[in-house]
Amino acid sequence: MELYKLSTVELTEKLKNKEIDSTHLYTHLLERIKSVEGKTNAFARYYEKPCHLIKNKDNYPVNKGLYGLPVAIKDNICIKGKETTCSSKILQGFKAPYDATVISRLKEAGASFIGQTNMDEFAFGSSTETSFYGPTHNPWDLERIPGGSSGGSAAAVAADEAIVALGSDTGGSIRQPAAMCGIVGLKPTYGRVSRYGLIAFASSLDQIGTLSKTVEDAALIMNIISGKDELDSTSCDVEVPDFLEVLKGDIKGLKAGIPKEYFIEGLNSEVKTVVEEAIETLKKLGVEVEEISLPHTKYAVSTYYLIAPAEASSNLARFDGVQYGIRQSASDLMDMYKNTRAEGFGREAIRRIILGTYSLSSGYYEAYYLKALKARAIIASDFKEAFKKVDFILTPTAPTTAFKMNEKIDDPLQMYLSDIFTIPVNLAGIPAMSVPCGFDSKKLPVGLQIITKAFDEATMFKVAYNYQQSTLWHKEKPKL
Amino acid sequence: MKYKTVIGLEVHVQLVSKTKIFCGCKTDFGAEANTQICPVCLGLPGSLPVFNRKVLELSLKAAITLNCAIAEAMRFDRKNYFYPDLPKAYQISQLDMPLAIKGYLDIELNGESKRIEITRIHLEEDAGKLIHTQKESLIDFNRCGIPLIEIVSEPDLNNPEEAYSYLRKLKSILNYLEISDCNMQEGSLRCDANISLMPQGSNKLGTKAEVKNLNSFKAVRDALTYEITRQQAELEKGREILQETRLWDEAAKKTVSMRSKEKAHDYRYFPEPDLPKFLIETSMINDIKKSLPELGHEKKDRFVKDYSLSEYDAGILTSSKAMAEYYERCLKILNEPKEVANWLICPVLSELKNLGEDFNSIKLDPRELIEMIKLVKENKVNAKTAKEEILPEIIENYKKTADVLKEKDILQVSDETELNAFIKQVISENEKSINDYRQGKKSAIMYLVGQVMRLSKGKANPKKVSEMLERKLGNK
Repeated sequence: MELYKLSTVELTEKLKNKEIDSTHLYTHLLERIKSVEGKTNAFARYYEKPCHLIKNKDNYPVNKGLYGLPVAIKDNICIKGKETTCSSKILQGFKAPYDATVISRLKEAGASFIGQTNMDEFAFGSSTETSFYGPTHNPWDLERIPGGSSGGSAAAVAADEAIVALGSDTGGSIRQPAAMCGIVGLKPTYGRVSRYGLIAFASSLDQIGTLSKTVEDAALIMNIISGKDELDSTSCDVEVPDFLEVLKGDIKGLKAGIPKEYFIEGLNSEVKTVVEEAIETLKKLGVEVEEISLPHTKYAVSTYYLIAPAEASSNLARFDGVQYGIRQSASDLMDMYKNTRAEGFGREAIRRIILGTYSLSSGYYEAYYLKALKARAIIASDFKEAFKKVDFILTPTAPTTAFKMNEKIDDPLQMYLSDIFTIPVNLAGIPAMSVPCGFDSKKLPVGLQIITKAFDEATMFKVAYNYQQSTLWHKEKPKL
Repeated sequence: MKYKTVIGLEVHVQLVSKTKIFCGCKTDFGAEANTQICPVCLGLPGSLPVFNRKVLELSLKAAITLNCAIAEAMRFDRKNYFYPDLPKAYQISQLDMPLAIKGYLDIELNGESKRIEITRIHLEEDAGKLIHTQKESLIDFNRCGIPLIEIVSEPDLNNPEEAYSYLRKLKSILNYLEISDCNMQEGSLRCDANISLMPQGSNKLGTKAEVKNLNSFKAVRDALTYEITRQQAELEKGREILQETRLWDEAAKKTVSMRSKEKAHDYRYFPEPDLPKFLIETSMINDIKKSLPELGHEKKDRFVKDYSLSEYDAGILTSSKAMAEYYERCLKILNEPKEVANWLICPVLSELKNLGEDFNSIKLDPRELIEMIKLVKENKVNAKTAKEEILPEIIENYKKTADVLKEKDILQVSDETELNAFIKQVISENEKSINDYRQGKKSAIMYLVGQVMRLSKGKANPKKVSEMLERKLGNK
C-alpha cells in the first residue's frame, strides 16, 4: 500500500488504531523521498535516522495525537540538535541548541520529524531558487519553480515526500507555493502561532503555518501549534477553537467579498477564469458574493518592500561570523565582518540587507520606513472596513501559475509582484488560506485565497472545507 | 573672554535584578564566564526577548524619586551596530517612548541648592564583555541582557564640582532605593559627559564634546576640568571646537579624540517588532510611591532633628543606607545617639576601612558593639583599651565582647584598695613630678596618672586614679 499518498488525518487514524506502525511509516516515507528527491530537491536535509520517533506507540499522547507521524519542517525553524540554516551558506554548521515552540508542541503531540525542507535563502524569494542547496523543482513540471519561499515544503507535500509540512509566511511564502504546487497552505493570524525558534526574516510579518494535502490536515496541525506562548511576547492569548470541529460548520448565507483591485492587469487570464469558477462553486454552496474595494492595495508591495527588508537588515545583522556559522579570516574585525557576510549571503539577501539598511538610515527613515508604517496601517484599515460588510474575502493566491526556472531570478521587481495578492494579508496581520481550485491549460495548479478577519480562522476553515468537499482538485497528484 | 561652562551627563546604571531584562538568566557579578547565558541573551537565531516586569518596578522607583513624568505607554527600539560583545548586532533600548521624561534632582553646593533637570530615563540591555589576551580576544556573555537605565540630564551643570555633586546625590538615591550597587569600578554605574563652553552673556550653546571612559566620580571631575582648559585654549586661539567623542586617559590626565561627528554611528533605530508596547498603570505607580524608602537626605534631616546630631555627623552616618540602618539598630539597644554616633563615625568606620570593608559587609553584631560601649560608659574598661583591644577582636574575628574581656583580662580597675598599691609606688618613685604639682604645675598630674596606667597595664580607671592622686597630694 502506498501509505505516503494518504493524508495526515487518514494516517494518524491508522496509527492510532494500530493498523500501521510508526517506524514502518517513517521508513516507507524515507523510501519515497529517496525515489523522487533527485527530481524535486525539496529537502535541505532529511534524517535517515528517525528524529524523535517514539517506538512504543502506546505511549503517544491520546489527545491531539500524531502517534509518531513524520512531519517535514522548513529549514528556518529550529529543531534541537539539528542543523538549521535557512538554506544559507552563512549558517552552515549551525546546530540549534533548542527547539522552536512549534517543534516542542509537535513533539508533545507525538510527532516525529523526517527532515528540513529547502527554501529561498532566509525566505527571501518567491521561487525557491536562491537556496544554498540549489533550487527546488515543481512536481507538476520539473522545469518550473515551486513558488517560495516555502517551496521545499510545498513540493515535498505535493510530491508525497511529506505527509504534512510547516512553513513560514512573511509575504506569501506559504500560500503562493501551496497554490503553485496544488496543495493547501495556511498563514494564521499574526500572533496565533508562536514565532519562538523561527529564524526571523521580518519579525512583524513572519508567521508559521501549515502546508498540507487537505483542509482537515491543516486543522489537525493548527490544533497542536496554536496558542499563546510565554516565550513570544507577540503571541496572543486568544482562545483556540477545535478547528477540526468548526470546519464542519455550514457556510450557507455567509457573505464573501471579491475585491475589485485583485482582478486587474497582471492577473493571468486563465488564473482569473479558474478562480471565477471557484467563486461560482461557492455561490452554489449558498455563499452570497459581492464586489468590494480594498482601495490601497496598490501600495502594498512597495510598503512591504520597505518594512520587510528594514526588519531583515536588523535581524540578519547577527550573522557576523562571531558565534556560529561560517567565519572568513581577516586581519581586523571590520574585514572579518565584511568577508564573512560577503561570502555567506547570496545576492538576494545582500540586496535586501542593503535596501533595509538604507530605508532605516538617518535622514531617510521618515521618508521611507515611517511612511511605510503609516501606509501599512491604512492597508490594514481597508480590511477592517471590508469585514464590516463581509465574512470573508476571496482572491486568487498568485497572479500566475508556476513560472519557468530562471525566468524571473534576474528581475527582482517581476519576482516581487508574484506576491502581490498575498502581501496585503501579512501587512494587515490577518489569516488566509490557499486551497487548490483547478488548473490552467498547462495542467499547472491554481490556488484560491480565502481571507478572514484576525483570529477568525474558524470561518476560513469552514469555507475551505466546504469548498474542498464539493470539488476534487485536492485529489489530483502530479506524475513523477 | 570669559566663558560659561555647560555640562550634561548621561549616566548608565545597572539595576540589581536577580534575572536579566529579556530572559530568565541570573545576573550574579563575578560568575564564571559564559555560565549565565541562554539562547535569548546569546541572541541565537530564532530566540525572542520577553520583558521582565520586575525591571519595570525597579526603574520606576528611580523615575518617581527623580520626579519624572512616567510614560503611560513605553516602547522598546532597536539600536543597530556591529560589535562582538553585542550578539544580536543590535541593543534593545528606548528612543521615542522612554520610561520617563522631565524630572529633576536638587543638588547642594556650598550650602546652596540648585535644581538639575532630567531629560529622560530609559531602559536598555547591557552588552557582553570582551577580554583581550596577547593571542586572542574572548567574549563573556554573562553581562549581556543585564538591565540598565540611562539617566540623561539637561545641560544644567555649570562646573565640574556641580557634576561631581550631581553624581554623588544620584548615587546616594539609587543606593537608598536599593536598585543599584552604583559601583563604577565594577561597571554598575557608568557616566558619559557632554561639555561645551559659551561666551558669558551669550545664549547660544557652544559645540560640545562627549567625554567617555570615565571610571570614577573623580575622573569625571578631572576630565571636565581638563576639557574646560582645552576648549578655552582652542577658543582663545580663534579655533572652532569640533563636535566629537573624546576618551579620558586616566594615566595621562587628558582627553583624546576618539571619533568625529562625521564618523559617528548611524544606529538606524526602529521600533523593536518582537516586543509590544507596555502600558504603565497608574495603580502600579501609586503602589511603588507608597513603598519608597526614606532617602539619604531625608534621613540626615531626621537624624539632626531627632537625635540632636551635628549636620556633619548626620551626613557621615547617612552616607550609606547600610551605615544609617546600623546606627539605628544600635540606638534600639542603647539610646545614646551622640555616644553611639561617635563610636561609629570614628573607630568603627576606620577599623572597617582598614579591613577593606564597609557597613554593607559588616559582620559585627550591634549587640556586641553596644556591650563594649556600655563597658566604657560604666567605667569598666577605658576608652583606649576598648578601641585598641576589644574592637578589632569583635569586628575582625567576630568574637563576643565578654569573651575578649575574659581572654585579655582587661576589666578596668576602680577599686581604691587595688589602685592604692599602684599610686603608692608611683608617688614613691616620682618625687620631682609631685613637687612640680604641689608648686602649682597642675599638668604634672597627667604624667602621674600615666605612670599608674603603665603599672596597671592599662586596666586602671584613669578618672578614678586622677581623683585619688589629687586627694592624696592635696591632703599632704
